[in-house]
Amino acid sequence: MTHITSLHIRSVPVLDQDEALDFYTRHLGFEVRDDIDLGFMRWLTVGVPGQDTSLLLELVGGPQHDEATAAQVRELVTKGALGGIFLTSDDVHATYTALVDAGVEVTQEPVEQPYGTDFGIRDPFGNHVRISQPNAASPAEVQDAYDAANAR
Amino acid sequence: MELSAREDTHRRMLRARDEMDRLYAEPLDIPHLAAVAHLSPSQFGRVFRSVYGETPHRYLQRRRVERAMTLLRQTDRPVTDVAWDVGFASLGTFSRTFSNVVGCSPSQFRARHAPVAVPSCFIAAWARPREAAGPARTAVSEKRADGDAG
Repeated sequence: MTHITSLHIRSVPVLDQDEALDFYTRHLGFEVRDDIDLGFMRWLTVGVPGQDTSLLLELVGGPQHDEATAAQVRELVTKGALGGIFLTSDDVHATYTALVDAGVEVTQEPVEQPYGTDFGIRDPFGNHVRISQPNAASPAEVQDAYDAANAR
Repeated sequence: MELSAREDTHRRMLRARDEMDRLYAEPLDIPHLAAVAHLSPSQFGRVFRSVYGETPHRYLQRRRVERAMTLLRQTDRPVTDVAWDVGFASLGTFSRTFSNVVGCSPSQFRARHAPVAVPSCFIAAWARPREAAGPARTAVSEKRADGDAG
């Protein structure tokens, strides 16, 4: 028994907090949970309205990273090797259209999957964001669909 | 956002790589990808390789083979259709490339691999073969162009 009750905050590495804030609130519809200037850092968390989990938009660098390490992390973020969040939408095609119209970088157009429809984008820094609209299929039904394909 | 020259290069190479991820089934050529990355065609291949450790052609080949593996595993589409779906101009080129990369023919792969039930982007990232066989090339695509020459 661990007594753990939720996944509360997840850190996403960002290279500019203002730009991150704009992207995650304006384009993805996140709300600001905390935006606190602590002096030594800006505590900036956002989340999907109605959801408990927050993203900490965490600037790469700071005392926990020496300069060389911070540079390496920044390079990994910009080449797409770090980060990644998975979101759900209740109208994935509308979400997709809105993001395309906003000029967001698309990594994959919406594609039908046994579990629903999803597509991929990047945030301004290179973090991957996947947006999915699950269909009504239960996990067992999704597995059945795969099994049926397997039984061809 | 202030990016160092190196970070800016990485970001532009990622855009070019995303273009391949997105449009893998289309005929993609170096001038187009270089334009996405805001580099000259002659610089592009070298810089891409320095960032991602392989040529753009090789990356695209792996992307296409990975998509083919998924279609073979998850659907009953004929192998010829799969070859076309993922951007190969001919069945011969597809079969040879697939066999070189995966180590068995498309039909053998299908017979040996059952569908799997996790999100497709995860499968795509992890099922993609690490290395494509053959020497590095400067041309990216053989699609609908030079038949079996790829």
